[in-house]
Amino acid sequence: MSPLVSLPLAAAVNLADLLRVDLNSYLYLSALLFAIGFFGVLLRKNTLAIYMCLELMLVAATVALVAFSRYNGTMDGNVFVFFILTVAAAEVAVGLAIIVALFRRRQTIQVEELNALKN
Amino acid sequence: MSDTLFHFFSVLTVACALGLVLNKNAVASALCLLVCLTGIAGLFVLLDAFLLAVLTVFVYAGAVVALFLFIIMLLDMQGGDRKPFTKASIIAGAAAVGLLCTGLYSFIVRGHIDSPALADTPAVGSSLRAYAELLFTTYLLPVQIVGFLLLIAMLGVIVISKKFEGLEDIK
Repeated sequence: MSPLVSLPLAAAVNLADLLRVDLNSYLYLSALLFAIGFFGVLLRKNTLAIYMCLELMLVAATVALVAFSRYNGTMDGNVFVFFILTVAAAEVAVGLAIIVALFRRRQTIQVEELNALKN
Repeated sequence: MSDTLFHFFSVLTVACALGLVLNKNAVASALCLLVCLTGIAGLFVLLDAFLLAVLTVFVYAGAVVALFLFIIMLLDMQGGDRKPFTKASIIAGAAAVGLLCTGLYSFIVRGHIDSPALADTPAVGSSLRAYAELLFTTYLLPVQIVGFLLLIAMLGVIVISKKFEGLEDIK
């Protein structure tokens, strides 16, 4: 059997495995959330919406860290998430201040109109 | 029971993440992000990381989403009759997500990580003492640096959002 045919078959067999919750389930969920957030970053035209999607990507990564930490019985992943939360709070504060300053100057936050650096 | 809860929270989280991405109204997007973060806090509880669940609800769902809602209210950014997505961005986004999903698919099919049973591993993340011990011994320097980072961010926000009277003439 060629590899191209065997791949979907293997996926169908693994469907029962997919429903059993273990470390892999959390990693799949984390990757899926990251992909959705990335999609939002590319799709949206509103700077604030893009920023919210960036936050979603950050949180998706923390799910993977906590899951690894729990299933390996170590603390380091949890402590990393602690730091990520702190840095994310600082980042949101600065980013939103920049967006407000941008709006004051340009009266818009739609990305297609923020083309001062183009050409 | 915990498997059912995992499926419930993951479906909730993914649905709200899609709502966040696809909603045209910014306020509705922010509320979708709120529910999504609450679902992630539930997942943290399932992973026995109780402190992180509470911190996620406080910091993200409480402070960050509230800040987003404030800014949305302040800027009053209804985009007019402009479309929220363009065709080029839909194609680019779909292509990028297709690539990511292909990676995820091959990860599901081939890259199965052997996960130890939850009963065998101790839930070290459930005790506050474990956090304190690590944060004040191994990670003491990062804690100090993060403290300075928060201070610098606060000063930066004040400087960015302050209007400088003298500089207005130069523009």
